[in-house]
Amino acid sequence: MDTLISVKPLIAVLVSLLAIPLIGFSRSPNVREGWTFLAAVIKFALVASMLPAVLQGKEIICQVVEVLPGLSLAFRVDAFGMLFALVASFLWIITSAYSIGYMRGLDEHAQTRYFCFFAVSLSAAIGVAFSANLLTMYLFYEMLSLATYPLVTHHQDEEARTSGRKYLLYTVGASIGLVLPAMLVTYHFTGNLDFSPQGVLAGTASRGTVALLLFMFVFGFAKAAVMPLHSWLPAAMVAPTPVSALLHAVAVVKVGVFSIVRVITGIFGTDLLQAFDLSTPLLFVASTTILVGSFIALSQDNLKRMLAFSTIAQLSYIVLGAAMLSPKGVTGGMVHIAMHAFGKITLFFCAGAIFVATGKKNISEMTGIGRRMPVTMTAFFIGALSIIGMPPCGGFLSKWTLVLGALEADQIAILAVLLFSSMLNAAYFMPVVYRAFFCPPEDALFEARVQEAPLFCVVPLTITAVISLVLLVYPQPFMQLAVMSAAKVTGL
Amino acid sequence: MSAHFPGLVIIIPLVAAFLILIGALLDRRLAFPLTALALLGSLLTAIGLLVKVLQTGVVEYHLAGWAPPVGIAYRVDHLNALVLVAVATVAFVNLMGTRELVKGLFDDRLGPFYTLYILLIAGLQGIVVTGDAFNLYVLLEIAALTGYALVGMSEGRAPLSSLNYIFIGTVGASLYLLGVGYLYLVTGTLNMADLAVRLPALYPSKVVVSAFVICLVGLCIKMGFFPMHAWLPNAYSHAPDPVSSLVAPLVTKVMIYVMIRMMLFVFTPAFAFDQMAISEPMVWLAIVAIVAGSFMALSTRRLKRMLTYIIVAEVGYMVGGFWLGNRLGISGAILHIVNDAIMTLCVFLSAAAIISKVGSDAIDDMQGLFKKMPVTMGVFVVAGLSIIGVPPTCGFFSKWYLISGAVAAGQYGFMAALLLSSLINLVLFFRIFEIAYFEPFHDHHGDHGHFVSAVQEAPFEMLVTLVVTAVLLFALGIYAGDIVSQIIDHAIPVGIT
Repeated sequence: MDTLISVKPLIAVLVSLLAIPLIGFSRSPNVREGWTFLAAVIKFALVASMLPAVLQGKEIICQVVEVLPGLSLAFRVDAFGMLFALVASFLWIITSAYSIGYMRGLDEHAQTRYFCFFAVSLSAAIGVAFSANLLTMYLFYEMLSLATYPLVTHHQDEEARTSGRKYLLYTVGASIGLVLPAMLVTYHFTGNLDFSPQGVLAGTASRGTVALLLFMFVFGFAKAAVMPLHSWLPAAMVAPTPVSALLHAVAVVKVGVFSIVRVITGIFGTDLLQAFDLSTPLLFVASTTILVGSFIALSQDNLKRMLAFSTIAQLSYIVLGAAMLSPKGVTGGMVHIAMHAFGKITLFFCAGAIFVATGKKNISEMTGIGRRMPVTMTAFFIGALSIIGMPPCGGFLSKWTLVLGALEADQIAILAVLLFSSMLNAAYFMPVVYRAFFCPPEDALFEARVQEAPLFCVVPLTITAVISLVLLVYPQPFMQLAVMSAAKVTGL
Repeated sequence: MSAHFPGLVIIIPLVAAFLILIGALLDRRLAFPLTALALLGSLLTAIGLLVKVLQTGVVEYHLAGWAPPVGIAYRVDHLNALVLVAVATVAFVNLMGTRELVKGLFDDRLGPFYTLYILLIAGLQGIVVTGDAFNLYVLLEIAALTGYALVGMSEGRAPLSSLNYIFIGTVGASLYLLGVGYLYLVTGTLNMADLAVRLPALYPSKVVVSAFVICLVGLCIKMGFFPMHAWLPNAYSHAPDPVSSLVAPLVTKVMIYVMIRMMLFVFTPAFAFDQMAISEPMVWLAIVAIVAGSFMALSTRRLKRMLTYIIVAEVGYMVGGFWLGNRLGISGAILHIVNDAIMTLCVFLSAAAIISKVGSDAIDDMQGLFKKMPVTMGVFVVAGLSIIGVPPTCGFFSKWYLISGAVAAGQYGFMAALLLSSLINLVLFFRIFEIAYFEPFHDHHGDHGHFVSAVQEAPFEMLVTLVVTAVLLFALGIYAGDIVSQIIDHAIPVGIT
């Protein structure tokens, strides 16, 4: 394996942190958002500049400081990390534009604080993506939990406080209570926490210990919202919509599943889990989350809450893919990170645009809204198709790969779960679209006069919707990155 | 010059104490600069000593040239050099940060206050460097008496708490002295290195066993180890704020140092860990201390009192870590002495800043503080995160060692207690952050920083010291690996794995 030594990963992580003083002390909102954009663009450019090397199969490493004997804060950019970092850093640019439209459209308070903590969150997300070992990942994981707290509780009212409490208790509580001890026990057995293609635990611990550790990690990374540790996510929907969009459809929750997949592949190793036959319980947990999450989404009237439950279900697709331990399954899970990100962020953007333009939060109040906001609702339709997994959207590709993975792993039950879940997805998304466009004129709650949200809202959601479409025909580089890392971690 | 560093560590503050007293009689404005100068001197000496130990190994110093066993020997190795730097740093930083506060509280008594302050530091630094068990007792009393006086300098309930502190503290110190007396009876020496040589031959002796037990109990009282902690919360929470932020970080930590010193270098690990068979019960007591301290902290809604209960729990961390008896656990305990000293300093200093503005230490009165004191609250958040144990603050890394030690020793109860305490600390601090951040509730839509003008920060030098301590918390975290491999590894006897 070729490795390059470079400080680029470190700079890519730090660039948004360095922008904070600039954002914080800007004299006018336009200058402030200018810095956010600049930081976002530089961050994306840095991440993207490492792509060619990664696509050639090289890894870029950067050791920062040895904090414990034999254990460093270190970065290692591989295909999987690159996939996630590309998605997160690209969508930060889009979300920044959307934030301007949303936050100014609603005349929100404390926007400077908002943009500052957004920048911290992105640093943390990229930090997780590029972590070379579990300790570094834990550090950025915690940083993300704490940096998003002021964003989730942005409104500073009693509801925000209750949700913030739940958010912290689940994410930080689980990471201190489960991940930290699991990490220390792993370190005790292996003396090494570096992510390696076939894990580090093999041959050091008994089956019982490995099983215990596995479940401590899977539930401990509560940001992945694997049931029963999922209920922080719907609660966190009190946040302003751009926060829900980028953090609770992309950065935060994907950091959770990313961490789980990383640990499954880089600490345990697929061979070890196969040998100990630990795939089945993991598949069971993921499948349960997928189905139960979708069922609950069916019953939601609040649009953002419905999207939250949909996210809970979709996240477990990624866990499910990794738990199949087969090359196709892992590929499907990994690429679903990208596909779901573009689809779901579109949906959240739409929910926010509707709220900015009409003040409506509930699906029952959106009858006929397609007449008033055709662009937004078309984008919503595309995003929904992508999540359901229907062509012509990118979501089809990841679900297709997952289905192939299930067949490859001989898991017919999983196949059934995947297909049934897609039906459920259609069952909760399609009525929204149907009501928006195809209601009788006398039922419509909106006049047929086109009045969209501000341009800063509409353009980003159009972009992400278009990308969702494009990803079906041109899924690169995400597909290639996922295939590369799946090949590496499964050794096939 | 550098040959006299071990002596200077005590002599500088002792001489300065007289100068300050006299100088303050002439002009009480002289008290602060003189103290600052002396403490800066002793800090630089301490750092010089650490550098010297790192370069050349153990530094021996015979006071006034008298060789032991007749004279008093000061012996500085990696262990006490490290603790010494921590003590000197806290003493100096706290002095700089609390200047305005002290002036406000004791404007008419600046001379006595700073004299007591520096005598306390002389005592504590002496305890750390001395290699003589009886001399340690003398210095212990110097530190204790000045401590009682400082704690009692406030109005209200402080004198009563101080009286309680005197009674219990005297019992502790007397027990220690009694133990040392027994040791002297059987060995005829008070020099620690000598004791360590002579004791192994006498281990079956009941006198030595009694001495061991009595010493340990005395030290446990002095360090506020549960259930002998009762004096601590009152004394530290009723003390004047600039005193709390001095004694809370230092006194208990120095006592834990003394325990480590006595166990490892007087009684020797073979006796303390293997023959006495008290490691297991001590770890269990530590677990109880951690859990009890954490829950008591939950039960109060007063800031300083909550912090003192956290100290009770933190003492459990260090005692438990030490009695795990393996290298990881002891490293964690020693590292935590340093980290906790700075953490406690940081958190008590920010509490002092907050209380001086809010006028109360009830956490319910802390509404809107993020708006009012953004810098202080920022530092307070960092300190809180360090106490919770979030990387890369230093609190995480000592916890890492302590838990690793617990896993290696198979003490999963201790691990669970540490994790539980982290979670409770999370609740404790976020309970305060919530009040300061959310309340008072009002409709924020369209409220664009109308409160910016309401910023009412602590005095400038306080802010600077607060930020310095916060930066220290990160620095100690990032260099934790170096501190352990360069210093602490050499401080622990090679026999311990």
